[in-house]
Amino acid sequence: MASQPNGTSTDWPGRYYHIDQVLNTPGPRTDPAFLAGDGVKTFLRNQAKILVIGAGGLGCEILANLALTGFKDIHVIDMDTIDISNLNRQFLFRQKDVGQPKATVAAEFIMKRVPGVKVTPYFGKIQDKDDDYYLQFNLIICGLDSVEARRWMNATLVNLVDPENPESLKPMIDGGTEGFKGQARVILPTITSCYECSLDMLNKPTAFPICTIANTPRLPEHCIEWASVLEWPRVHGDKKMDTDDPDHIGWLYKIAAARAAEFKIEGVTWSLTQGVVKNIIPAIASTNAIIAAACCNEAFKIATSSAAYLNNYFMLIGTDGIYSYTFEHEKRDDCPVCGGEALEMTISSEMTIEQLIETLVEKQDIQIKKPSLSTPTKQIYLQAPPQLEKATRPNLEKKVSELVPPGGEVTVTATTLPFSLSLRISYST
Amino acid sequence: MIKIWSMKKNEEAAAKRKPKTSAAQIRVQKDLTELDLPSTMQTNFPDPADLLNFTLTITPDEGMYKGGAFKFSFAINTNYPHDPPKVKCAQTIYHPNVDLEGNVCLNILREDWKPVLNLNSVMVGLQYLFLEPNADDPLNKEAALEMSKNRDQFLQNVKMSMRGGNIKGVQYDSVLVR
Repeated sequence: MASQPNGTSTDWPGRYYHIDQVLNTPGPRTDPAFLAGDGVKTFLRNQAKILVIGAGGLGCEILANLALTGFKDIHVIDMDTIDISNLNRQFLFRQKDVGQPKATVAAEFIMKRVPGVKVTPYFGKIQDKDDDYYLQFNLIICGLDSVEARRWMNATLVNLVDPENPESLKPMIDGGTEGFKGQARVILPTITSCYECSLDMLNKPTAFPICTIANTPRLPEHCIEWASVLEWPRVHGDKKMDTDDPDHIGWLYKIAAARAAEFKIEGVTWSLTQGVVKNIIPAIASTNAIIAAACCNEAFKIATSSAAYLNNYFMLIGTDGIYSYTFEHEKRDDCPVCGGEALEMTISSEMTIEQLIETLVEKQDIQIKKPSLSTPTKQIYLQAPPQLEKATRPNLEKKVSELVPPGGEVTVTATTLPFSLSLRISYST
Repeated sequence: MIKIWSMKKNEEAAAKRKPKTSAAQIRVQKDLTELDLPSTMQTNFPDPADLLNFTLTITPDEGMYKGGAFKFSFAINTNYPHDPPKVKCAQTIYHPNVDLEGNVCLNILREDWKPVLNLNSVMVGLQYLFLEPNADDPLNKEAALEMSKNRDQFLQNVKMSMRGGNIKGVQYDSVLVR
């Protein structure tokens, strides 16, 4: 194995024998830019830096897969600590690790088990990190369990794209599982459809009509919702319910069980109570394994150009047999994150907000009527409702330069726009 | 690494850089500035710089709740429009679909919420509850029972509650328009 490019002591002969079958020679489907042999191996093993978001069910699988396919510089973020209920499928954790941060324990496990791989953990939120942090990676893989975190990550990566800097475009591979169902997708921010584009495809969490909960409970879930949605705020007022606090769950369980007894409903248990209030869907280890494998396959193909990557949505339905389907989810023009128009505007530093609005209205190519303007931090001028119009009216006479810094962004909404228009303002004088 | 940048179709596409304004924030701005409310509904922003928390006052001009002014609080979280706005009645009122804690039984606020709905739909839905209270989906059981069994007594109770009266030991807030 003299051709091994990076002769670190940990790369014993034949270590990457199977992977090198793919990397040593181009194939019929490889990208023309594919650097067969040392070029691609050096990139994968010495240069590529990959970020894994989430070290839970999917994250454990993803970390192991990446380390074993030859990624050597892996970072992982997770804000959670290990719970005993994770141990059946999150195989990087042991009983002694319960209570420890997932990211840290996972990183140590991988480094101990796969020599030469550096895993850098961060125990905290993705929101703690700034643009510079995300800019250092070549690729980002998400194994998240919340819509909110995915939306944040997606929007952050779309916003990161800087027309002047090709390096700012970071492919995001998003995996997700729910019971026997799952999906893996490749998002190239601003190029392919983003996570926000497909928000309306989500299954909504089961919610019961509040009147059923209040009057005609028939299911144990109705009793639990009664305790959490109606009784908790009634008894505890503004005190926030913490679904991770065993005392809170215990209280809800007690109230729900009493209600169930009153209506002769069976099945209210501690774990169901926790499941309902935390909206837990049982996690299936094999679904996680399949989806994580699909995600890591894409990461490998994108990092090496060794084969065509997924375009762009793979879904798996394992509820009745095994079914999978791959399709191209289209970009939405009216997507609030990646859609809409962006306009560069160079204006005089003397121009007032009112003049800016007139300019927008007169612009033939955008056809705006009654635009409302804001910056990421404040409202500039809102056409309605009357109170907000009045509150923002004094801004009309102000100079744009007083409210928007050079290069600053202004978000414009109007009924005639599908969603919004963003202006990037620069000043000529 | 694949060469993604070359896939950018042209300069114009490359210039499509979006602002840091969150999707929820833009959506709320769009929803609010495009509200199409009748004169019977009015929004009020305690802090005009905060678009995520405000109240809505409904003053029905027909039906059994005519003459009252009903106040609802709206709280929108950063996961809007995936999550519906949280709406509560700010007063203790006598209504089959509103309980004494201010919870409201309106399908689009919970089980039937979809991101394609907007604040206007929610507000119109709320107003409809005052025009056509629905005794089949009760939250205030007493009121609903009265409404379906003894409509005259129910109407009297509505009038009395709106004046700030006491019905079966429950003290209601006076909601009459001054």
